[in-house]
Amino acid sequence: MSVNAHSLSQPKQNSGFFSWLWEWLSTVDHKKIAILYLFGGGLFFLIGGIEAMLIRIQLAVPENTFLVGHNYNEVITMHGTTMIFLAAMPFIFALMNAVIPLQIGARDVAFPFVNALGFWLFFMGGIILNLSWFLGGAPAGGWTAYAPLSSEFLGNGMDFYVLGLQVAGAGTLMGAINFLVTIVNMRAPGMTFMRLPLFTWTVFITAVLILFAFPALTVGLFLIFFDRLFDANFFNEANGGNSIIWEHIFWIFGHPEVYILILPAFGVISEVIATFSKKRLFGYSSMVFATILIGFLAFMVWVHHMFTVGLGPSANTIFAIATMAIAVPTGIKIFNWIFTLWGGQITFNTANLYAVGFIPTFVMGGVTGVMLAVPTADFQYHDSYFVVAHFHYVIVGGLIFGLFSGFYYWWPKMFGRHLNETLGKINFWLFFIGFHLTFFFQHFLGLMGMPRRYFTYLKGEGFDAFNMVSTIGAFLMFFAVIVMLINIAYSAVKGEKAKGDAWEQGRTLEWSIASPPPEYNFAQTPLVKGIDAFWKEKMDGKDKMTAAEPVGDIHMPSSSIVPFLMSISLTIASLGFIFSAHDGVRKPALFVAGAGVVLFFLCMLARSIKDDPGFHIHKEEVIETEKGVR
Amino acid sequence: MATKQSETTMYIQKQQRKREMQHYLVSFGLMIIFTLLAFGTVMIDGIPKHFTSFFIVTLAIVQVLFQLYYFMHLKDKDHGFPTLFIFSGALVAFITVLTFVSIVWIS
Ligand SMILES: [Cu+2]
Repeated sequence: MSVNAHSLSQPKQNSGFFSWLWEWLSTVDHKKIAILYLFGGGLFFLIGGIEAMLIRIQLAVPENTFLVGHNYNEVITMHGTTMIFLAAMPFIFALMNAVIPLQIGARDVAFPFVNALGFWLFFMGGIILNLSWFLGGAPAGGWTAYAPLSSEFLGNGMDFYVLGLQVAGAGTLMGAINFLVTIVNMRAPGMTFMRLPLFTWTVFITAVLILFAFPALTVGLFLIFFDRLFDANFFNEANGGNSIIWEHIFWIFGHPEVYILILPAFGVISEVIATFSKKRLFGYSSMVFATILIGFLAFMVWVHHMFTVGLGPSANTIFAIATMAIAVPTGIKIFNWIFTLWGGQITFNTANLYAVGFIPTFVMGGVTGVMLAVPTADFQYHDSYFVVAHFHYVIVGGLIFGLFSGFYYWWPKMFGRHLNETLGKINFWLFFIGFHLTFFFQHFLGLMGMPRRYFTYLKGEGFDAFNMVSTIGAFLMFFAVIVMLINIAYSAVKGEKAKGDAWEQGRTLEWSIASPPPEYNFAQTPLVKGIDAFWKEKMDGKDKMTAAEPVGDIHMPSSSIVPFLMSISLTIASLGFIFSAHDGVRKPALFVAGAGVVLFFLCMLARSIKDDPGFHIHKEEVIETEKGVR
Repeated sequence: MATKQSETTMYIQKQQRKREMQHYLVSFGLMIIFTLLAFGTVMIDGIPKHFTSFFIVTLAIVQVLFQLYYFMHLKDKDHGFPTLFIFSGALVAFITVLTFVSIVWIS
């Protein structure tokens, strides 16, 4: 890192609410951005969860009238969209930001400014989407927004979907590029690719998938945007368009998206199981290979969402075989986790319970996935509750279990305090049992013929009992989340203070520094000598990493409010475009949109012109801080 | 001694630059020839149509590769990642386009 920029010391701010707010709005520190992502994702996770509860209350008994028709469609659409884009993705980015720079021995990400921008774009995208509730109704076309329903027939809500996801998607894309560059360029000396912790590997492949998949969504959303607001005809069959193209574009993005979600969970599970089995991860190189293979195959399988469209037997067969092939690398991973556990000294704390609970749950989701990959059988399963059960098994039973495991595991590192284990275990068992109650029986509902996305069913169709059980399970999951919130509050007030090596058997670099880490992460860049670098040093009888450099001044990026302003200006632009669909206000609304875009470019200009030298934390200050934590 | 060494390295660098320049000129010339060939095949009557389209697409691909490797430095060392990413992206784009020209369902 070059240190010949101007030596500015950080301006000291006076305390108070506004300086606190300012600090969070303008931060570019990856550890704070991780907390922002966690908060933003958590907020939308709760909103999406409440929507899920509304759905389950409506379906608890036959012929219910609690939430019907268009309102029900709005709620299912917002539930899916919120959970995927506004809860799962930011949770993943929270863990990425909190952990990746620490795991590779870096002081920050490659582009701290872009990192902040990515967060604020995601957050404002989520706000735009959720504003629809108050401004004329939410989108109601399902999270897949199939054309021409979404491009011609649904009301103003779809505009919120299009522009909200466009803004949030831009943030995600930036975040991914940032992490790619970080992992390629900012690894500590000795941290070769085949020594990267598995979480870093999976995040790396996830970032590649985002880089290649999200542009498809961006393009698709632009096409719908033009169809809706400027009377284009991309998806209008009557005027020579083709609505099937939307399905292709959406799933060219949508299938990789599923792996974007699940791969980081695989990474978390690999870290947690290895740590709490006190063993090196079994088959490290085969894990890396399997991750890359899954990432590669992710782009060859999207048609399995479209078997019933009528693309013909040859197309269906090719994509069916490609889909089934994915079971092979996934199977490799499952066996490697089991072999890691085998003969280990296993600690069953909450993090590890989630990780171990993940394995059978995810296998069930995988098995139904292979069942769905058979085109002939898929004609039976398609758009039934069998599909709903399948993807909740992989997304909740896979991704959310992985994320919760990661939260319990890295919480002490992020906040310097442990979460309570008793509450944690209550949280786990409620969630685990509630999850299986909710979704296991939906397999049978699907096989019995209950279609997905219908807001009710009749008495005497035989769906009553399973739906009731499913709703009870959903309430258990809801209570589990409340327990988790209580746990977080408890930890913030009375939680046990965490040591640097919080679990006392940490293997990777993040555990070699204080919890929470100082602003500069590593006082001295560590020298990595093998896989599980910190564990290796501990086995050699040391309690910290060998340094690769002497203690010196540390260069830091200065904070900036510009990312927040840029996101605000895009929000203004989006709202302008959304309201331009209303006849009476088209001209002024388009003017507002234009003003937002201009503001955005002015922010970019300001950022380009203003020189940002950053500041230095001086050697003496670093030594002083390091004394405090040891 | 030291001066002699630096003279040698300077000589080597000069030679390298010379070779680099030659590569540029050769690939530039080749590209002009390719372009002329492409225009030629289209303009001359009597060449079968499917041969023409096959031929000019091939020429286009070769030209893109020349561009990437010689003018955008993919052939230099430490360009492994950009190369990998460009080709992965190209592969994904290719599969997508292939799908759109082959299996998009039209009623
Ligand atoms: Cu899929």
